[in-house]
Amino acid sequence: MAWTRKYLRINLTAGTVKVENLNMQWANDYLGQRGLATKYFVEEVDPKIDPLSPDNKMIFTTGPLTGTMASTGGRYSVVTKGPLTGAIACSNSGGYFGAELKFAGWDMIIVEGKSPKPVYLSIADDKVEIKDAAHLWGKTVWQTEEIIKKTHQDPLVRVSSIGRAGENGVLYACIVNDLHRAAGRSGVGTVMGSKNLKAIAVRGTKGVGNIRDPKAFMKVTYEKKKVLADNAVTGQGLPTYGTQVLMNVINEIGALPTRNHRDVQFESASKISAEAMHEKRPDGKSHLVTNQACFGCTIACGRISKLDEKHFTVKNNPQYWGASGGLEYEAAWALGAANGVGDLEALQYVNMLCNEDGFDPISFGATVGAAMELYELGLIKQEDIGFDAPFGSAEALVKMGEMTARGEGFGKLLGLGSKRLCDKYGRGDLSMSVKGQEFPAYDSRGIQGIGLAYATSNRGACHLRGYTVASEVLGIPVKTDPLTTDGKPELVKAFQDATSVFDSSGVCVFTTFAWTLADLQPQLAAALEGDWSMDKLNLMGERIWNMERQFNNAAGFTGKDDNLPPRLTTEPAKTGPAKGLVNGLATMLPEYYRIRGWDTEGRPTAETTKRLGL
Amino acid sequence: MNITIKLYATLGDYLPLEARRNNRLVMQVGDDTTVTDVIAPLNMPEKLVHLVLVNGHFVPPAARNTRKLTEGDVLAIWPPIAGG
Ligand code: SF4
Repeated sequence: MAWTRKYLRINLTAGTVKVENLNMQWANDYLGQRGLATKYFVEEVDPKIDPLSPDNKMIFTTGPLTGTMASTGGRYSVVTKGPLTGAIACSNSGGYFGAELKFAGWDMIIVEGKSPKPVYLSIADDKVEIKDAAHLWGKTVWQTEEIIKKTHQDPLVRVSSIGRAGENGVLYACIVNDLHRAAGRSGVGTVMGSKNLKAIAVRGTKGVGNIRDPKAFMKVTYEKKKVLADNAVTGQGLPTYGTQVLMNVINEIGALPTRNHRDVQFESASKISAEAMHEKRPDGKSHLVTNQACFGCTIACGRISKLDEKHFTVKNNPQYWGASGGLEYEAAWALGAANGVGDLEALQYVNMLCNEDGFDPISFGATVGAAMELYELGLIKQEDIGFDAPFGSAEALVKMGEMTARGEGFGKLLGLGSKRLCDKYGRGDLSMSVKGQEFPAYDSRGIQGIGLAYATSNRGACHLRGYTVASEVLGIPVKTDPLTTDGKPELVKAFQDATSVFDSSGVCVFTTFAWTLADLQPQLAAALEGDWSMDKLNLMGERIWNMERQFNNAAGFTGKDDNLPPRLTTEPAKTGPAKGLVNGLATMLPEYYRIRGWDTEGRPTAETTKRLGL
Repeated sequence: MNITIKLYATLGDYLPLEARRNNRLVMQVGDDTTVTDVIAPLNMPEKLVHLVLVNGHFVPPAARNTRKLTEGDVLAIWPPIAGG
């Protein structure tokens, strides 16, 4: 057992801290992290509640492999009901916070209620205190982390916090740990802000000693690290170029959403790509400084970059001259191609704002794209924003980033996300989102399967719930044709179910570029008591998926919400290999429901829930 | 006829120095030139020639010997890579 078998229940309304024992039957059925915390969540929370009311709970949760020597075993997730979507939210982060929480002796923290005043939670092994955070309110993530480390006189305390975005009700606020690692999507940081919880600071000194068979575990984790090292993607591609290497690939295949999905190829893609980050700038330095790993990770995909000090964004702001996290592919796309902005330095500056004040660069960038389209259509006027905001304007992007971070002027509207923004101007169809959450960096006209994955993702549009791009574009584990809908329902289901298990284990989903469930299984079997067969894991993945689905259905979602904006199903791609194509969601969805064992309204049938033990 | 070859990520090093900055090179080739005919003289390790696209369409390894190029074609190649 690599669970500590204990978790904390923090009631912020009453100001109480309780220690409870982990339900081991549930751990056996739902593993940990995403699966197990969602089980607790759906058992305890009414699906109909307002996500920003004290009735919502949030669960910070580790997996059984978090903090162990399994490669990438540093992950934690935050499970709650998301304010951007109204659906289940589960956001996953790396860095060092998750492992530290485990070292302190806790599998999870369940946060309930709402504090009457700003507080932060301090955990030092068994010493758990709710502390006043009046001095931290109004501070950025970066300031908060620094102040807490100073106050605790401990540079090794790990901090997970919200910035001003989470305090100001930006509906896609993140929770950021270790300065630039984030539980990024669906507004989990907004929920934290609504509870007046500024941060969680953790110091753990207990280690993770409770592995079932330590010798077998050491042997198998060593073997599986070798699989990652020997694989060209996880051993060379990701450490050298990071996720950003996709920019040119996705542009080339005509699936790079550009200018709010008006186009599928971006003429400046190469200027904001991984290759561009390696090139020397006019100042003689390259943008990229180094790569960086999360706890226990032998892949090290993270990017650390330094801005050109003469760039207009920072020439008078030396506090942004240091090396900092980014750009990753998703952020570079959302802040860049989605708005037609091809200025790499401007994108990294805004990415730094997102890390500094804790808001999701995907939803923010896509919302700016929607605002720019509304501006070009004449629906948003210059006087509404305070400046011109045509597609391609780096200046407008930067100002919008600053306004959103600070909660000023038009930034307040941008902070509500593209759906609410577009609805306000009578053009809800221009919000490039599913269930209110903005698309990530793949156009589903050029990659058909990802359209179905977006439409059916339980947390709104998301690539990390079923990354069929791996197969459709990159040939992992096998190459499929991105332009056809054939076989995609099965592919989407297989990715969704397997990812549910990886997300519940404590390891990073990027291992799946080299590992399959068959590589994870022996690591779990060596670490945990009980049966951890492939059959059990396969069924568990499906169970987790259906459990999330049931929560959403009970929250009021129906099959009608498994949809894509009309632009993607009626306006054909204008260029590239997908020219003339729209997404074939209507062809894929009924078949997907059928193989899921759902009725035509997208509800799991009684037979399905029985088979899955739900 | 003219075709464009684009080599990305670590494969950029196999382009002539002056073409590396943009990762691309316009080449003159004869009629009936296949994908393999263009790739072979570049001496790239075979396992690095992973994702091969002509005008954005995937060319499976087995088809590289027979897939002929035509005027204006864009041949783009990546080593094994991924992201997300
Ligand atoms: S692969 Fe990247 S995101 Fe995943 S744990 Fe490693 S460094 Fe972190």
